[in-house]
Amino acid sequence: MFKILQKTLRAGTVTQPYPDTAAKLASGFRGLPEFDLANWRDARPAADACPTGAIAVTDAGSLRTVTVDYGRCILCGECVTATPEGAVRMGKRFEAAAADREALLISAGYTIDEEGRQIHLVRAAAPDNGQETGRELASEIHRVLGRSLAIREVDAGSCNGCELEIVALNNPVHDIERLGIHFVASPRHADMLLVTGPVTRNMELALRKTYDATPDPKLVVAVGACGISGGIFGTNYATRGGVDQVIPVDVYIPGCPPRPEALLFGILMAVGRLRHRR
Amino acid sequence: MTPFFKELCERFPEQIRSVEEPVPGQVTILLSGSDVTGLARHFITEYQARLVTVFAEDRVNAEGVFYNYYVFDQLGDPSWVILKAPIPSDRSSFQSLAAELPAVNWQEREIQDWFGIEAEGHPNPRRVALHDNWPDVHPLRKDFPLDTELPAFEGDQHVYRPTLGEGVFQIPVGPVHAGIIEPGHFNFAVAGEPILYLQLRMFYTHKGTEKLFERLPAQKGLFLAESVSGDSAFSHATAFCQAVEKAGGIEVPSRAEFMRTVLLELERIDNHIGDVGAIAMDVGFVIANAHAGRLREMAMAINEELTGSRLLHGMACLGGVRRDWSDGQVAALRDAITTLEGEFRDLVALLKSSDSTRDRLERTGFLHPEKAAALGIVGVGGRASGIDLDVRRDHPYAAYRHLSWRVPVYQEGDVLRRMQVRIDEVFESVAMIRAALDSLPGGPCRAADLSIEPGRCALSAVEGWRGEILYWVRTGQGNRIERCKIKDPSLNNWPAVVEAVQGNIIADFPVINKSFNLSYSGTDR
Repeated sequence: MFKILQKTLRAGTVTQPYPDTAAKLASGFRGLPEFDLANWRDARPAADACPTGAIAVTDAGSLRTVTVDYGRCILCGECVTATPEGAVRMGKRFEAAAADREALLISAGYTIDEEGRQIHLVRAAAPDNGQETGRELASEIHRVLGRSLAIREVDAGSCNGCELEIVALNNPVHDIERLGIHFVASPRHADMLLVTGPVTRNMELALRKTYDATPDPKLVVAVGACGISGGIFGTNYATRGGVDQVIPVDVYIPGCPPRPEALLFGILMAVGRLRHRR
Repeated sequence: MTPFFKELCERFPEQIRSVEEPVPGQVTILLSGSDVTGLARHFITEYQARLVTVFAEDRVNAEGVFYNYYVFDQLGDPSWVILKAPIPSDRSSFQSLAAELPAVNWQEREIQDWFGIEAEGHPNPRRVALHDNWPDVHPLRKDFPLDTELPAFEGDQHVYRPTLGEGVFQIPVGPVHAGIIEPGHFNFAVAGEPILYLQLRMFYTHKGTEKLFERLPAQKGLFLAESVSGDSAFSHATAFCQAVEKAGGIEVPSRAEFMRTVLLELERIDNHIGDVGAIAMDVGFVIANAHAGRLREMAMAINEELTGSRLLHGMACLGGVRRDWSDGQVAALRDAITTLEGEFRDLVALLKSSDSTRDRLERTGFLHPEKAAALGIVGVGGRASGIDLDVRRDHPYAAYRHLSWRVPVYQEGDVLRRMQVRIDEVFESVAMIRAALDSLPGGPCRAADLSIEPGRCALSAVEGWRGEILYWVRTGQGNRIERCKIKDPSLNNWPAVVEAVQGNIIADFPVINKSFNLSYSGTDR
């Protein structure tokens, strides 16, 4: 007993106070890629290189539409390698959760020359980053849910990568319970379903039943590229794609997998959503 | 041809059509028919060979046949022996080995499900991979499009063995579990507290992965390999890369081989630490798990510093590794693993100081070594039950031929020993990383020429932290993959969980399950 106590005291406090302070990131951390739309000369190599089809190029005469879907991005960096002129680079952004699927999309219009190189950026729509801060969101939980949020996690077909990061929310470093959030064993006790995907045909029914078993008002958060869009698996004979193909989704958290702070940010954002529903 | 194969040809002149070694260390024996029973018996009785995996391939368009592949591993011989048995497309059945070799029970049924080729004489020929309510489809046939939209499933659900007897109850659990784990269905029959038997239903997370590999270029398939089993992303991706490199004739620079070795061991360390904590947690030693969680965060910070990803994503690539390390990063890694090693030593001391923990773990979830051998159990679960297998030593890859380490093997086969194997391996891995960094060569970390020769096949094996991960590929035109077979160690090891829980109280199921910690997604693909 004494040894246990001694060990605990020696370890000290390791809990990171995110979202009150910024997340502690390793210097090599890769966040979502960033696009210098005005100086992007050719989006085609990046679109060809992307393993999940997150970058799409559509040409119509001398006009080109480029869309980037952060809801498909697995943060591999292939678009950066394919774009030697430097208009695409890996950033450090991970607080990218969004309440609307469209808010994860960048859309840009270009005029192009005969060889298909982009000349001018004529139109650009990027996700609205004027979101509430994590700190504001954290205070919401106290007001709306009486200081507690109960989450039921549902793996609807994931590779287990997202689950590892969700489990990490419970460790002493991230310690999600300090915010009044805890994971519960049954959907009947839950305010929120945290769902990973892609939703497989074999989990579709179980996911619907879990949703139905969760009392109203309820929140659904889709986790990771696969939970949002099917990710690299997309939609095929065995998968339905993203969670919103099966049940309504309140918040989407991009990443592959989203790091624990990204999960926390998305969970807190969803709590903010609940305010509007009540 | 070595005397072994000469003798084999003389003994089975009717069955063997040719013997080739298309890739060094991988001997392919082409047979004249689909029946491998005689040869398999011969390998197993005469050479104590292990049937590692069985899988099929649709070559109907190209050659008018399906092939069944039987991969054998002979103790003490670094070569894989692959029997390649043609099955005419109009016959579509083969002789089952499952009655004699329970290890291939599920794998033969997978062939039935994926290809519609019947395993004649299989003791339990029911569906395994496709659930019972699926329509009659065979997704890995080339004439089945990946994007096929199947109608709503209205077929019958799986019928479990009935639970009979006075006071015997059935406890169905899953696929949505109480903890944060992957989905699967466990159907327990209990008499009071003790478990009489457990029936499993897997493949809830089946995502069409092997089929999807056939559509992606190899460079993109790599990212799919990272998502087969998320906790083993680097091991799976490396196994995939090695298979493509061997088949396609890509030379990997020596620096990359050492870097791969370091990363594979880092993956083992972070997962083993997590499991040691989780086992402690499941018997109520919460503080030990809290420390393990803290240590795992340290390990993941190391991963992130070296690869940009806590789970080592985006680092593997064909022909080497994607990002080189500076001297500063290598030095920081040395310091970090030394700190982690010291902390882990303290954690182990803490665990060992608790008699009540030992009491809960010792003789819990016993897997008899003979059972483990019969079921073909691999990896951590195997080594705790006397199965002395380690791909790193038996079929060296990456830089393992330059390193030495002790393979921990125990005979007691209980949860305590499965935890002990992990503990031993963490210390071995730390030493291996140090040794690999000591002799880390200079030069490039990625091959310059990444073109893949088409129409070639190769097998690759990696000792992931769970055990033996196998990939087999056939390369196609335009850097594509025509067939990619994945075998995660979990597929072999689920029957071990079924064996190990029998007679234990139901309250010990979580810790027994955790002590194997198998991948559902790796099993289901």
